Amino acid sequence: MGRLQVLILILAVIFIIAGILNGSALDVLFKASNICMECIGLG
Amino acid sequence: MGKFKRKIIQVCSALLYNAYLKGFITGRIYRGDLKFICAPGLNCYSCPAAVTACPLGALQNALLSLNYHIGWYILGIIALYGVIFGRFICGWLCPFGLIQDLLYKIKSGFKIKKSKFTRWLAYLKYFILIYLVIITPLYYAAPGFCKYICPVGTLSSLALIANPANHNLLNMLGFLFANKFIILIALSLACIICYRTFCRFICPLGAIYGLFNKINILGVKLDNNKCVNCNACIKTCKLDIKHVGDRECIHCGECIKSCGYDAIYFRKLKLNLNFKQDI
Repeated sequence: MGRLQVLILILAVIFIIAGILNGSALDVLFKASNICMECIGLG
Repeated sequence: MGKFKRKIIQVCSALLYNAYLKGFITGRIYRGDLKFICAPGLNCYSCPAAVTACPLGALQNALLSLNYHIGWYILGIIALYGVIFGRFICGWLCPFGLIQDLLYKIKSGFKIKKSKFTRWLAYLKYFILIYLVIITPLYYAAPGFCKYICPVGTLSSLALIANPANHNLLNMLGFLFANKFIILIALSLACIICYRTFCRFICPLGAIYGLFNKINILGVKLDNNKCVNCNACIKTCKLDIKHVGDRECIHCGECIKSCGYDAIYFRKLKLNLNFKQDI
């Protein structure tokens, strides 16, 4: 792996941890746990 | 790696994302904690069998929630998948890619080959990414791609509506559904005569992963020392690539067999502690 790949990997992990801490991961869980009316063309 | 091996991996990943098969019988979607995880490929979270979230739906939802907090989680997930796999996901791990591959196997009178026009049309997915995935949620407060185009969501709705438990949804069918249904039919017909129409011209997730295609860890790689520029790989490829591994390449590996000089191979994961670039 090159320097750029390692850098993006580290950033990705930091973003994921930040997302878990700021609640955006819970947003994904909440959105995915309910039927998305827009996605199925009804909303 | 053979075509058969790729098909098996595509089927396995589709089953893995849609492991809640009971949902097809009950008509209810899975609501467990696994939905915290985003699948790498396009797979609607409203599919009754889906056990994971859709990265594109989650990205649009994060943009809709920007007033509350930044969607660091989905940005991290997309960056993680992008740098590890890039568009390898499109070729190997996307259920809708598998459906398109199967549709193209249907015999038809003629097949549309790649050309300068299709190469130009490949830029359409970047417009869709910017306008429907980014601008529409931010300025019109709607998940534009999911709402107006996504054929995977339409397939999910068909699976939901077909179940007698969801007969109440039938009363809600309207213009939006009709519009998306026509898009699904048109795309399915187009995929029979034009290889991976959706991936090549429409998919915003493929457009995002394509941006990582130069640096992704897994995928095909061209050995410039062995390459004699015969272009056999480009002629074999059914996608709009200019060279192996560019942003349109889905790393399917079909070109490996076409190369008479063994110049194309699958990258292997290796950690170089000297941080020398391996691309």
